[in-house]
Amino acid sequence: MSKNLITANLLSEEYQHFSLTVEDDIAWLSIDVKDEGANVISPDVVTELDNACDEIAKLSVKGMILLSGKSSGFIAGADVKKFRELTDPEEARVFIKAGHDACQKLEDLKMPTVAMVEGFCMGGGLEIALSCDYIIVDDSPSTKLSLPEVNLGIHPGFGGTVRSIRRIGVMKAMPIMLTGKNILPRQAKKMGLVDMCVPLRQLKSSAIQIVLRKPTKKQAPKSSKLLELKPMRTIIAMQMRKQVASKAKQEHYPAPYALINLWEANGSASDEMYAAEAESVLQLGMTDTARNLARVFFLQNRLKALGDKSLFTPKHVHVIGGGVMGGDIAAWCAMQGMKVTIQDLSADALGRVMGRAMTGFKRRYRKDTFRIMQAKDNLTPDLNGHGIASADVIIEAIYENLEAKQSIFKDVEAKAKPDAIIATNTSSIQLSDIAKVMKKPQRLVGLHFFNPVFKMPLLEIVYTPKKTNVTVIKQAQSFGAHIGKLPLPVKSSPGFLINRILMPYILEGVTAQQEGIPVAVVDKAAVDYGMPMGPLELADTVGLDICLNVGKILADTVGVTLPTALDSEVAAGKLGKKSGEGFYQWKNGKKQDSSKNDWNGDIQQLQDRLIEKLTNESQKCLDEGIVEDADLLDAGVIFGTGFAPFRGGPMNAVTESD
Amino acid sequence: MAKSNTQKPMTRDVYLVDGARTPFLKARGKPGLFSAIELALGASKPLMLRQPFEASDLDEVIYGCMMPSEDEANIARVLALRIGGGDKLTAYTVQRNCASGMQAVDNAVRNISHGYADLIMAGGVDSMSRAPLLLNSDMTHWLSGFYGAKTFGAKVKAISKLRGPFFAPVIALMRGLTDPVVGLNMGQTAENLAYRFNISRTEMDQYSVDSHLRLTAAMKAGHLDEIEPLYDDKGNVYNEDDGVRPDSSVEKLAKLKPFFDKPYGKVTPANSSQITDGATSLIIASEDAIKKHGLTPIAKLNAAQWAGLSPAEMGLGPAHAISKTLEEHKLTQKNIDYWEINEAFAAQVQACVLALNDADYCKNELGLSKTVGQIPEDRLNVDGGAVSLGHPVGTSGARIILHLANTLQRENAKKGIASLCIGGGQGGSMLVEAP
Repeated sequence: MSKNLITANLLSEEYQHFSLTVEDDIAWLSIDVKDEGANVISPDVVTELDNACDEIAKLSVKGMILLSGKSSGFIAGADVKKFRELTDPEEARVFIKAGHDACQKLEDLKMPTVAMVEGFCMGGGLEIALSCDYIIVDDSPSTKLSLPEVNLGIHPGFGGTVRSIRRIGVMKAMPIMLTGKNILPRQAKKMGLVDMCVPLRQLKSSAIQIVLRKPTKKQAPKSSKLLELKPMRTIIAMQMRKQVASKAKQEHYPAPYALINLWEANGSASDEMYAAEAESVLQLGMTDTARNLARVFFLQNRLKALGDKSLFTPKHVHVIGGGVMGGDIAAWCAMQGMKVTIQDLSADALGRVMGRAMTGFKRRYRKDTFRIMQAKDNLTPDLNGHGIASADVIIEAIYENLEAKQSIFKDVEAKAKPDAIIATNTSSIQLSDIAKVMKKPQRLVGLHFFNPVFKMPLLEIVYTPKKTNVTVIKQAQSFGAHIGKLPLPVKSSPGFLINRILMPYILEGVTAQQEGIPVAVVDKAAVDYGMPMGPLELADTVGLDICLNVGKILADTVGVTLPTALDSEVAAGKLGKKSGEGFYQWKNGKKQDSSKNDWNGDIQQLQDRLIEKLTNESQKCLDEGIVEDADLLDAGVIFGTGFAPFRGGPMNAVTESD
Repeated sequence: MAKSNTQKPMTRDVYLVDGARTPFLKARGKPGLFSAIELALGASKPLMLRQPFEASDLDEVIYGCMMPSEDEANIARVLALRIGGGDKLTAYTVQRNCASGMQAVDNAVRNISHGYADLIMAGGVDSMSRAPLLLNSDMTHWLSGFYGAKTFGAKVKAISKLRGPFFAPVIALMRGLTDPVVGLNMGQTAENLAYRFNISRTEMDQYSVDSHLRLTAAMKAGHLDEIEPLYDDKGNVYNEDDGVRPDSSVEKLAKLKPFFDKPYGKVTPANSSQITDGATSLIIASEDAIKKHGLTPIAKLNAAQWAGLSPAEMGLGPAHAISKTLEEHKLTQKNIDYWEINEAFAAQVQACVLALNDADYCKNELGLSKTVGQIPEDRLNVDGGAVSLGHPVGTSGARIILHLANTLQRENAKKGIASLCIGGGQGGSMLVEAP
C-alpha cells in the first residue's frame, strides 16, 4: 500500500485562480484562471499570485513548481480585454506595480522554484516563468514561448525586459522582444531561455529532480556582462535602432525604440531598470499606436470567431488548377493536415506544384523531416480529377475565364459529394455568372485567397445575398478557420472587398506617376503613411495586366477611372515583376531601386491623395454593405492588404483624423 | 512429385480490381532520386485516389521488397501508415528474392480465398540504385573495438590497427545477386542455361532487341496506362520507363562485352534485365468487398505455384512452376492465351521455352509423360519485359500479374500465366483469368 502524500489545496476559498498542494515535500502551485479558456493575467490574478507566494514562503518544503491547471497551455499573457479597459493611467500604474511586486516575490522565494511549461507561454506568462529559478518545457510543437508585447505597441512590463536580458544576454533577449516571434522548445533550450526541454512523459519527473538537485541557474554568459557597460550599450543600442528603423518607423511604432532606450539608459545589471520599465510601458500604453494595435488584436479575434470549427469537419480538399495560386492553396491546406488532391491537365504543371510545395514545406519546417514528410504525404497530384468524388471542399483556381470555369463547375457538380463545398477562387468574375450553369447555383461560394497564400492571413468568403445557401457560407467560414486563415464574408460584387479597395489606390498612384511624379516618390508617400507597399510596386507585384483587367471591370461597374498609362504599359509587354519590367525594373524577382526621386511637390498632399482614394472606396463598400460593419471592413483591409495596423484600419483612421 | 504440397483448394474467388505502377527508372550508377518508400507511395497514392473506399477500409497491406533501406524496416507498414490507412491497418513485408512481389500477391489471394480478409493492397518495390554499401567484416570488428576503447591511449592503439583494406565496402546489390550456396552470380547461372540449351549470343541479343521494340510499340500504342507519373522534390515529372532503347539492334548489342563469365561468355548487360527502381501496387478483393464498395474486377487471380530446383540453374524455375500450375488447374499449354515470363536474362526465358518443349527435360526434370509444348513467341512477353524496362526485384512479380491482367482484358482473352525465376533456385507462377 502506498500512502497518499498529496495534501489538499492549501489556499483558502478566496483564491479563484490558484491552488496549492504539497506532495513529497514539494509545493505545486497551479494556475487555472476562472471562466477563461486560457490562463490570462488580470489584476486579480496578479494579486493572487502575490498572496500565494506569501503562503508558499511559510511552508517548509524543498521547492516549488509552478504549472498550469489548463490543458490549453501555460499562460497566454496579459488579458488584453482588461488591459484595454485600463484607460485611467493611475489604474494602469497600480496594475503594472502589482505585477512587478508579484514577480519579485516569486523570484525572492528562498527555495528552488521551477516553471513547468506545457503549451504556450507568452508575454506576462513568460515574465512570470522568468521569475522562477528554472524553466523547463515540454518538447512538442504546441509549446511556444514569446514576448509579443511589441505587437500591441508596448514592451514587457512585469520585469521581463530585465530578467530576459539577465538570463540570456542582450543580444539574444532583445530580438525576442523586438520581433515578438515564437520561440520553439529546442530553440529556447539552445539559447538558454529554458533549462531543460524534455518530452511530456519526463516533464514532471524532471521538474522534481531539478528541485531536488538544484543545478546551476541559467545566466547570461560572462562575455555579455561587458555589453552592459555604458559605452558598449550606446554602440549596441545604435545598431539596434538602425535595424529596427529598417522595419518600423519610430513615429508609427514607438515601442521597440522605447525598449532599446530603456536598456541603454539603465542596463540590465541595475535594479533601476525595473522602475524604468514600468514607467516606459505606461507611457507606451497611452499612445494611439497601442490603442489601435489592441484594436487590431480584437479585430483578429473577431475574424477568428467567424469560423466555427465545429460546424464542419473538412478532411479532403480538392484543388483544380495547378498554377501558382492553386498550387499554393493546395500546399497550404496539406500543411494544415488536410488530405489534398491537386488537379491539372498537365503533368508538368503538377510537377511544378510539387516542387514549389516542397520548397515551401522545407522553408517552413526547416529540418523537421517528419513534418515535411506529413505535408508531402497529404498532397497528391491528380491528373484525372479522381479527388472530386471524395473531397469535402473543392476549390477551383484556374485562369480567369468564365466559360472555362463554367465547364469545370458543371463537371464538379455532377461528381462531387452532395454535401461538399464547391468554391471558386476567382478574383474578378461574379459568382452568379459562374453558378448559372449549375443545377444548384446556391451551392457555389467564393473562397478568395490572397497571394502569397503562405503569408496572407485573410480569406474572403464570397456569397451572393439571398442566393448562396447560408449553411454553405457558414461552412466555408468554418473551413477558413480549419486551415488557419481569417474568414471574412463579403458580398459578391466587382472586386469583392480587397481588390475593390486597393484598385483606386493603385490607379491613383499610376495617375500621379503619369503626371510626372517619380515612381519612387509616389511609393514613398504611401509607405510613409504606413502602407506595406506603395501603389506602383504593388501594381508591379500583382501584374499590370491583372490590374488593367480588374480596373476595367471596376471602371464599368463601380465608376473607377482608369489611367491611360496602364493600357500602354501592358500593350508594350511590361507586366511588372513577372515580365521583369513595369514601373520598376525587376531582377530575379527583386525590385531594382529607381534612381529618380527628385520632386519638389507637396509630399503630404500626395500621401493624402493616395490614401483618400482607399478610404473613400472603403466608405463606399461599407455603404453598399459589402461587409457587415466598419470593424469588419477595417479587419479585412488590415489582414488582406497589410494596411497600416497602427492606424487601426481605414475607417478607424478616418474617424481619428476627424 | 513435389516434396510438399502448399496447395489447399481455394474456397472463395479472388479478384484483381485495380493496379498501378511507377515508371521504372534505370539505375545510373548513383543512388536514384526515389527511395523505396517514395516509389511505393508513388504507385499507391494515385491508385487509392481512384478507389471508392478509403485506405482505412483495407484489411491489410502486403508488400514485397528485397532491399529496403535502413529506414524502411517492414516497408509495408510504413506504406500503410503513409497512405493514410490509420493506426489499425496491419501490414507485413515478404521476401522471396525476385518473386517477392508475386509472393505478396499470393499471400493476398490465399488470405482472401480462405476468408481471412476481403480487401488487400499487395505489391512490391525495390530501389535497386539505393542498395546500401556495407562495412566489411574487418571494419565492423575494428569499429566495435574502437567504440569500446575508453581511454585516449586505448583509442590511439585502436587507430594504429586500422588498415586500408578495411575501407573496402561490401556492395549489397552484388552480394544479393550472388547465390550463397553455390557461389554463382545470377548471370553465371544464366550462362549455365545457355550452355545446357546451346543458346547463342546472337539469339540472346535478338531476343533482347525484340524486348526493346515490343516495349517501344506498347508505349506508342498506349498499352502502359498502368503507369502513374512520379514527381520529384524539384518539380520534375517522370512518365515513362526510361531504360527502353527504341533504336536497339543486334549489331549494337554485339559490341558489348560479357559481364559475368569473362572474357568469352555470352551474357552481357544488354541481354540481361536492367538494374532499376520501381514499385507496383494492386488492389485485391473478395466478391463481398466488390459488392460492398461497388468495384469492377479486371481479373480473377489464383494462388501461385512454387517450385524448387538447383540454385545453379535457377533460371529454369518458371518451367517447373508453370508445369505445376497447368497440372493444378488441369490445363494444357494450348489453354493459355498470354504468357509473362520475367526476363531476368534473355537466355533464361529462352531456356524455359526450350525446356518446356524438350521431351527429356519434361520427363527427367519435371516428371511429365509428355512435353508441355511450345509457348508461342507472339503470346509471350508481348509488351516487352525486364530486359527493356528493368527488374526492380521486389516489384516484378506484381508488375507482370498486373500487366498480364491488363493484356487479357485488352485482347478480350481468357487465361494467362505469369511466372518468374527466383535466385536461390525456385520458380513461381500464377494463373490469371478473365473475371
